[in-house]
Amino acid sequence: MSKFHVTTTVNGDEVEYLCDPRETLLDCLRDKLNLTGAKEGCGTGDCGACSVTVDGRLVCSCLMLGVEAEGKQIETVEGMAEGDVLHPLQKKFIEYAALQCGVCTPGVLVAAKSLLEKNPDPTEEEARYWLAGNLCRCTGYDKIIRAVMDTAAELREAS
Amino acid sequence: MALDDRKSVFSFVGTRPDRPDGLDKVTGRAKFGADMSAPGMLHGAILRSPHAHARIVKIDASKAEALKDVKAVVTRADFADVPFKPGLEGEFYNVLENVMAGEKALYDGHAIAAVAATSALAARDALKLIEVEYEVLPHVTDVDKAMASDAPVIREGAADYSVPEGMHPNVVRYHESGHGDVEAGFAEADLVIEDSFTTEATHQGYIEPHACLASLGSDGKGELWCTTQGHWIAQKTCAALLGIETSQLRVTASEIGGGFGGKTTVFIEPVALALSRKANRPVKLVMNRSEVFRATGPTSSASMDIKIGMKKDGTITAAEGVFRLQGGAFPGAPGDMTAMCAFAPYDLTNVRQVGYDVMANRPKQAAYRAPGAPMGAFAVESVLDELCNRLGLDPVDVRLKNAAAEGSKASYGPTYERIGLVETLEAAKAHPHYSAPLKPGQGRGISCGFWFNHGGETSVSLALSEDGSAQVMVGTPDIGGSRASMALMAAEVLGIPYENIRVTVADTASLGYNDVSHGSRVTYASGLATIKAARHAVEQLCARAAASWGIPADAVKWENGCAVPSGPNAGDFDPRPLADITAHMGATGGPISGHFEATPEGAGVSFGTHIVDAEVDPETGKTSITRYTVIQDAGKAIHPTYVEGQYQGGAAQGIGWALNEEYIYGDDGRLQNSIFLDYRIPVASDLPMIDTVIVEVPNPGHPFGVRGVGETGIVPPLAAIANAVSNAAGVRMRQLPMSPPRILAALKDNG
Repeated sequence: MSKFHVTTTVNGDEVEYLCDPRETLLDCLRDKLNLTGAKEGCGTGDCGACSVTVDGRLVCSCLMLGVEAEGKQIETVEGMAEGDVLHPLQKKFIEYAALQCGVCTPGVLVAAKSLLEKNPDPTEEEARYWLAGNLCRCTGYDKIIRAVMDTAAELREAS
Repeated sequence: MALDDRKSVFSFVGTRPDRPDGLDKVTGRAKFGADMSAPGMLHGAILRSPHAHARIVKIDASKAEALKDVKAVVTRADFADVPFKPGLEGEFYNVLENVMAGEKALYDGHAIAAVAATSALAARDALKLIEVEYEVLPHVTDVDKAMASDAPVIREGAADYSVPEGMHPNVVRYHESGHGDVEAGFAEADLVIEDSFTTEATHQGYIEPHACLASLGSDGKGELWCTTQGHWIAQKTCAALLGIETSQLRVTASEIGGGFGGKTTVFIEPVALALSRKANRPVKLVMNRSEVFRATGPTSSASMDIKIGMKKDGTITAAEGVFRLQGGAFPGAPGDMTAMCAFAPYDLTNVRQVGYDVMANRPKQAAYRAPGAPMGAFAVESVLDELCNRLGLDPVDVRLKNAAAEGSKASYGPTYERIGLVETLEAAKAHPHYSAPLKPGQGRGISCGFWFNHGGETSVSLALSEDGSAQVMVGTPDIGGSRASMALMAAEVLGIPYENIRVTVADTASLGYNDVSHGSRVTYASGLATIKAARHAVEQLCARAAASWGIPADAVKWENGCAVPSGPNAGDFDPRPLADITAHMGATGGPISGHFEATPEGAGVSFGTHIVDAEVDPETGKTSITRYTVIQDAGKAIHPTYVEGQYQGGAAQGIGWALNEEYIYGDDGRLQNSIFLDYRIPVASDLPMIDTVIVEVPNPGHPFGVRGVGETGIVPPLAAIANAVSNAAGVRMRQLPMSPPRILAALKDNG
């Protein structure tokens, strides 16, 4: 089967790859661009470990084909920090121990950033429902929710 | 260990610094199992049985092998029993039989053959061309049916000596223990309740599927990168299954995306090595989620009968339990553990417990956080709750009245050393949660839980650098922040800042043998080993200082990171900081390192008490957990934030087990819910904040008093939630999970 040539933008960098039409965006990020931050936990859009944004919209990259990325703006966990300055969510996740094994963390961070961009002042319930698409098996979500709520408060103060 | 060796005032231990791998984990740079690749790498895929029980008549892989992208196909014939090392026995035989079927497919999802091809897609495509002829056999997936006389036999001769005569061949191990005279005890009781309970199999549910990258040459030398809780057991097992020497296989543990017991054995690793040997190229093999559910360790399902007698004042006069655990198509279901843990929180005069290990046509069960204990606690603590309800007694008071303490003879035999159960119950009673008012429709439940904890074979090596920093090599994969705990313990002994210590999970070629990260043993055993290795280095630091001062080594002591004279008689010298000694170590005798190799035996058993409020919607049968408090003895919390994390994680997994999670098999013996959409683990919107109380009753078997904390947290939730739900719904719930249909059925039966 012949492959498709795709040109897209990932974390601000223009990139190109050849992909089989059956390969997902997640496959392309991980296997062709070596951006292994996004993880495959399920491949069915149920766990959120592969969360990225496409043109600002939060998606499971396992549910999107690599060919569909043509001409899009994609953001992954690798693009969250600015140079050596971590995003406030990244700092708070370390401070709150909002991760144990850390495999869900890239997806949770991308999803939480997307939440705070849309809703800078979420209630705990809103944060829990927004993050309901990101499975974490280690933490029981307590410290994740606390880290997100505290980051939101800090960002509101700063703005 | 002598008590005078124990430390109780700390500088670093008990603080909450950032974890050393935090940056890697929040930036996506941490390398997990599937994140590694190698030049020339092939991709593997595994063909799995669609049948629950079938004889494999013929495998024809010729069409797959003819594809130009396919570089190797393996079946059972490519493993060690034939032709490399005939007669593989015991658990190695079981693991081999599990990772690649022999004469029979024993469960839906059992591996039949595997391919390595130039891409993951090509490998998957090639699987479709492998033709397998099956002779389908009768199957059984339920534990009680698997013990019945007409049940199909999974494997003749699998039972060990412990099984009484006359039992079905699917019963493969039997355990019986206890003390006193239960019949006499029941006769003394004012009320005896006898009841039966079941729990379904659940999966550990780690978010990272099994993944590995293997390279093995025809010279018998290999490299393996894999996500595992224990790379030495992976090394030992893979070497046996492939018929190579253990030391010739170097295994490196990746960052691990959750395990909870499910990554304490191997599944795909030997297959990837066999493919690599045949193709003579590195092979990457990654499971998809459906494979994880179908073919890796769920926990056992259980069927249990409990009988407890109580006096009007709450004294338990006798307790008896029968625990039947289904562990899949291989021996190993922890019926013995369930039996031994079930009554362990209580100081009982008369107790008897029986456990059965039963095979059925399901995947080989694997350990899951305190394996076996949660089911037994569910059954026992439910009956205790019912006794309290009927006798009008407070459930915490009754547990306090019967609680085991130092000197109690445990239900499973030994006499307890210092333990902290009473302290957790007293903390529960004093906690505002316990006296908070409940709203209409809500119920409160409590439960105690016990787990043994484990020591295990442990090696740690610690090396000092010239600039006064230290590197620690441990062999226990870091599942939940253990590198932070190791660095804190090393800092405590060396007296140098936490930040100046780097802890690495060493590969199998760089350190001596280490048992798996299981049994809540990491902070206890690797921690003890780190402390001893650091003390070993400190002895040498003191000796170097002594030599420079011209006084005997025993006239120097280590204080706040410096060598100082041990007293006025030793002489008057300025303290020598660690970095001052290491700066000159090359010229004063060479490198300074410390190491420890042993099997610590004083793990110290662990207890917890949970308080849960639940609200049941009588219209839909849906249960909401409205408040949750975990109280558990940690001995000494090295990094309290990560101890809290273990408590919260155990509770959350318990909530899933109690309310939602179950393996659902169809009449055809196939697993019907093998994706996360259908096997629903708790999501953020399902849970409340989970409050924690860390009780600290020091473990006499650890220099800083540590008890393992990882597992006990999943023992009480099943029972505590069942008690809360039963109290809210006004009907006793005897089956887990308490999913909405089961709750509605129970409400209906109750009128």
